[in-house]
Amino acid sequence: MHNRRNFLALAGVGALTAACGSNTGRQGDPPPSTAYSAGPPPSDTPKVALQQWYHAYGEDGVQEAVKRYAASYPGAAVTVQWNPGDYDSKIVTALQNSKVPDVFEAQVKIDWVRQNQVVSLDDVIAPVKADFSPAVLAAQTVEGKVYGIPQATDTQVLFYRKSLLQAAGVQPPQTVDELIDAAAKLTKDGVKGFFAGNDGGVGVLTGPLLWSAGLDYLKGGNREVGFDDPRAATALGKLHTLNTNGSLLLGAPADWSDPGAFIDGLAAMQWTGLWNVPKIRSAFDDDFGVLPFPKLDGSGAPSVPVGAYGAMVNAKSAHVAEAKAFVKWLWIDQTQNQLEFATKFGFHVPARQSLIDRADNLKNGPAADAARFVKENSHLVGGPVWTQQANTALSDAAAKIAKEGADPAAQVKTAVGVAQSELKRLFG
Amino acid sequence: MKRRDARAFWLFVGPFLIGLAVFAYLPIGWSAYLSFFDARNTVTPTDFVGLDNYGHMLTDEPFLSSLGTFSVFAVFIVPLTFVLSLALALGVNQLRFARAFFRSVFFLPFACSYVVASLIWKTSLFSGVRYGLANTVLGLFGADPVAWTGTVHPPLYWIVLVTARLWLQLGFYMILFIAALQRIPRHLYEAAWLDGAKPGWQVFRYVTLPQLRSTAVAVLLLNLINAYQAFDEFYNIMGDSRGYPPFARPPLVYLYYTSLGSGGQDLGRGSAGAVILALIIALVTLLQGRVLRFGRTA
Repeated sequence: MHNRRNFLALAGVGALTAACGSNTGRQGDPPPSTAYSAGPPPSDTPKVALQQWYHAYGEDGVQEAVKRYAASYPGAAVTVQWNPGDYDSKIVTALQNSKVPDVFEAQVKIDWVRQNQVVSLDDVIAPVKADFSPAVLAAQTVEGKVYGIPQATDTQVLFYRKSLLQAAGVQPPQTVDELIDAAAKLTKDGVKGFFAGNDGGVGVLTGPLLWSAGLDYLKGGNREVGFDDPRAATALGKLHTLNTNGSLLLGAPADWSDPGAFIDGLAAMQWTGLWNVPKIRSAFDDDFGVLPFPKLDGSGAPSVPVGAYGAMVNAKSAHVAEAKAFVKWLWIDQTQNQLEFATKFGFHVPARQSLIDRADNLKNGPAADAARFVKENSHLVGGPVWTQQANTALSDAAAKIAKEGADPAAQVKTAVGVAQSELKRLFG
Repeated sequence: MKRRDARAFWLFVGPFLIGLAVFAYLPIGWSAYLSFFDARNTVTPTDFVGLDNYGHMLTDEPFLSSLGTFSVFAVFIVPLTFVLSLALALGVNQLRFARAFFRSVFFLPFACSYVVASLIWKTSLFSGVRYGLANTVLGLFGADPVAWTGTVHPPLYWIVLVTARLWLQLGFYMILFIAALQRIPRHLYEAAWLDGAKPGWQVFRYVTLPQLRSTAVAVLLLNLINAYQAFDEFYNIMGDSRGYPPFARPPLVYLYYTSLGSGGQDLGRGSAGAVILALIIALVTLLQGRVLRFGRTA
């Protein structure tokens, strides 16, 4: 079953909440909405029927909660559909020719906009736009228009066992080389130093490695490739070292998004999601800490990837106005529901900055550290303009470097070429 | 055919024919149509691009690499499946008791879901941790755990993929061979014995094997087509939520990511790749059929 973490696991999607909490200058309740006029109709008007889709969240209680939100909406009869399996492919297929769903969660891609499959929600978000960080909105924005209202923010961090590091005389790593060194020193007695997925970190560490060198997927307003730089080869080359020095756990029963390997003592450090804090705390109490992915060197920076599904409206819906009104009601007006959705069923950061300070479970310990990382070091994974073709090329390059010892410079050059041709296709 | 017979024919065949047309021929035709358009995120494209999608796929390194990888895979898996399923059939067919039991035992894996078998292979038998079955056995000899699906040098992931496929498919081909073995007239063996053929290799070489020609060629053809169509076990063993590594990526997995990848669907290029793959399969099958003289008896 998919859960809330898996949107980050999907290629080329994400969101960013850099500099959260400081650009509204407000505390407490978010600002009220005033500009968008489409609201619930009078009570004697027959209700239209709307269908709302979610992917299948793994945390207990989420499904009941979103059904409760939908049932309490006075303006329409909203039916919630829970979608296990490959939700993102299902949505893409549904959007092609179907009026259903009216409202759904997703991360916008530029091709959806080019095909007129989703509607702009600029008028819906306008009154509270400043309450979302520009980076969170960037994940839902194509060519200046917002197509999704961010629902919650997820992130991934480096979990480490304090006692194991202490016993090995290892300090929490601050650079990529220190991470590699720590992983090697922590590998003993059947315990591996580091676990970053059964693919050797190709899937989840490619972005952090680019960011560690001060690079990105795209730059220049998404019109240029962001890793056409020799430092990209240097950074991705570190993945080969990790994969060949025997310190990386490979072939674990559960993959990186599950805390099983870390909890079962198979690895001393694991790259995984903030959503695992409750399970890890239950296993280790306070014997763990979290870190951002370290910087490559003095010219780089630490990082955490962030992403968020946004509530979107199907352009082919028979009730676009009513669907937009529902989205506004749920994801703009109902702040208490938004806070509950983000924080009650697991560890997630509210999408709106004014709600982050109201989240009690993000005020202490590793969760508070992670929330700080999100504010200070977050990066968007891919983004709306980062296409499947470009992502496959970069992922293939990283895999060949990590696993086959391919020449990093040549592999990066190939990926840059594909990404450039995709940008040319999109923007001419 | 009498009118009543014709009515009965269409009554029984019609629904399946309609299903075939709607769910097989129409999509194939539509896919061929899409292959000439820029069909990103749409099945009703308007931007005609001619042969551009074909040009792209024929120069696309990952696609060509997937074709090459699977040609190599086919070279190994086809003979291996053929020999092992024939050996199993000969063994089971010679049993004097419990023949039905063993026939069922070997056939049952064919009824198993590819996805389920793949997950068992990935997470239990060939898990990379010390308590995976393969690693437990290695541990008895003092060896360290091996990351079966993650080791590229040497390419240990092929052991996982090939054994999964063999376990799933051998039983089916064994049944085909058993059926063929049971159709061989008894008098041919008696004649061979009278002519002095020695039981064992000589009888097998000069009586059994020629009589199995049609079945053997059919098994080889089916095996080859199946090798090119490999998807389920590869997708589930090697892939994860982040994607799929470039090694051991079969054409269908690559086309799946191209056509239905999360967030973006390039149905034009995916369809062009599917047409190219279909043509290659047809060509190789025809060639193989001609070389092996498919349809001719011994």
